[in-house]
Amino acid sequence: MFRNQYDTDVTTWSPAGRLFQVEYAMEAVKQGSAAIGLRSKTHVVLGCVNKANSELSSHQKKIFKVDDHIGVAISGLTADGRVLSRYMRNECINYSFTYESPLPVGRLVVQLADKAQVCTQRSWKRPYGVGLLVAGLDESGAHLYYNCPSGNYFEYQAFAIGSRSQAAKTYLERRFENFVDSPRDDLVKDALMAIRETLQGEALKSSICTVAVVGVGEPFHILDQGTVQQMIDAFEIAGEQEVPATDPDAAAGQEAASEQGAAADEGVAPMDI
Amino acid sequence: MNFIASKQPENRLLGPESDTQRTLYPYVTGTSVVALKYKDGILMAADMGGSYGSTLRYKSVERMKPIGKHSLLGASGEISDFQEILRYLDELILYDNMWDDGNSLGPKEVHNYLTRVMYNRRNKFNPLWNSLVLGGVKNGQTYLGMVNMIGVNFEDNHVATGFGNHLARPILRQEWHENLSFEDGVKLLEKCMRVLLYRDRSAVNKLQIAKITEEGVTISQPYSLKTYWEFSAFENPAQGAIGSW
Repeated sequence: MFRNQYDTDVTTWSPAGRLFQVEYAMEAVKQGSAAIGLRSKTHVVLGCVNKANSELSSHQKKIFKVDDHIGVAISGLTADGRVLSRYMRNECINYSFTYESPLPVGRLVVQLADKAQVCTQRSWKRPYGVGLLVAGLDESGAHLYYNCPSGNYFEYQAFAIGSRSQAAKTYLERRFENFVDSPRDDLVKDALMAIRETLQGEALKSSICTVAVVGVGEPFHILDQGTVQQMIDAFEIAGEQEVPATDPDAAAGQEAASEQGAAADEGVAPMDI
Repeated sequence: MNFIASKQPENRLLGPESDTQRTLYPYVTGTSVVALKYKDGILMAADMGGSYGSTLRYKSVERMKPIGKHSLLGASGEISDFQEILRYLDELILYDNMWDDGNSLGPKEVHNYLTRVMYNRRNKFNPLWNSLVLGGVKNGQTYLGMVNMIGVNFEDNHVATGFGNHLARPILRQEWHENLSFEDGVKLLEKCMRVLLYRDRSAVNKLQIAKITEEGVTISQPYSLKTYWEFSAFENPAQGAIGSW
């Protein structure tokens, strides 16, 4: 994307009908480290890449438990993600207190999306710079949603966001039809393999990734490092190269070209990923 | 959502006594509601009387109403407060439906919402002067609960309000069992209501029985119970105690 005269305020439309500040916010999500999510009929698994800044520092927390039945993985400005997680936790706990019942995921996601939309229509605010993968369970089954800074939300069988997520998406696209009836452990294995795809050849270790699960009879929890490492070893995925990873520069080049194409054509809806 | 008229000053513990906005005593009241779980759902009975003190003033008051798709609410106590509660619940169900997302509030959720409302009003010294019975079925689960004006709430297999607690519940404790058929449930409820009719001064002989199952709510047309006054103990009641009252 290139600078232009319509990108200073979030409340300024471009002649092509785009809000550039919102699109720049979505760029921030693409720059964050990868997060993936996938679901079956009964379970949802979230995973993310957790690289520490230096050997001396700890990892940033990118997966948050929102309630026993809902969890979220973020990509982008983690501070914005933390604040939104606090909002989600608050909404869930208030609902639980009033109705003695878990907040349906679909409703939480809509509330979150409406909150994000407000920031796209106030001149004194900026959009949240974080994409959220919301995983949850309710009466109607297991759900995975993606909330983006534009205020849109989508339900997915499987999805990946953040840098080098295209590689993970390709892997998930190949396999997603099997997910619906997958047993829980296979789902976790698929999540780990999707994470591995984003690492571009680097060895997959439990110290650089985080995995969380929620399912029927299983409240949302983050798997501890030992369990994750065991699973990695058991499935023998560490250091294995299945298919050559997608070249990240080529992918970025393609995306830039399509954006410019969209600006010229006014065809492609820029808010869709 | 506002639960009190906004005329009341903020941040006060007890306003001046000239404040006419608080409920101090009930005026038009309904008497007992009795309800029990049976095989397919809930059966609930209440008479149609609205008493004005000791006068049996109104005789066609419907004290049971369906709430949303899955619940049935019966109330005793101040009728105007019951109508207010119905307005709150109407708004609640409306907002629930407006989500249009396939989720709906079940009886457990409505019961807990009512508990929060009743308890919060009690804490402001402005109670809704009712004892409420909330029953329903959702996804095969039967639920029956009670909440009263001070916020006491609980669930059970059979509940009653007011005099029903003293006269009907002992009968239910003896004779209720799991998986009652519809006919047995109605017979049991009518037995309780008959005792209440004989012994509760504010009962009227015009009642409705309501049932709620997975399919929905049905409230019967009003009818009367057969009573028998020819018991020998009723003849010459002062026989054993002439001169006393």
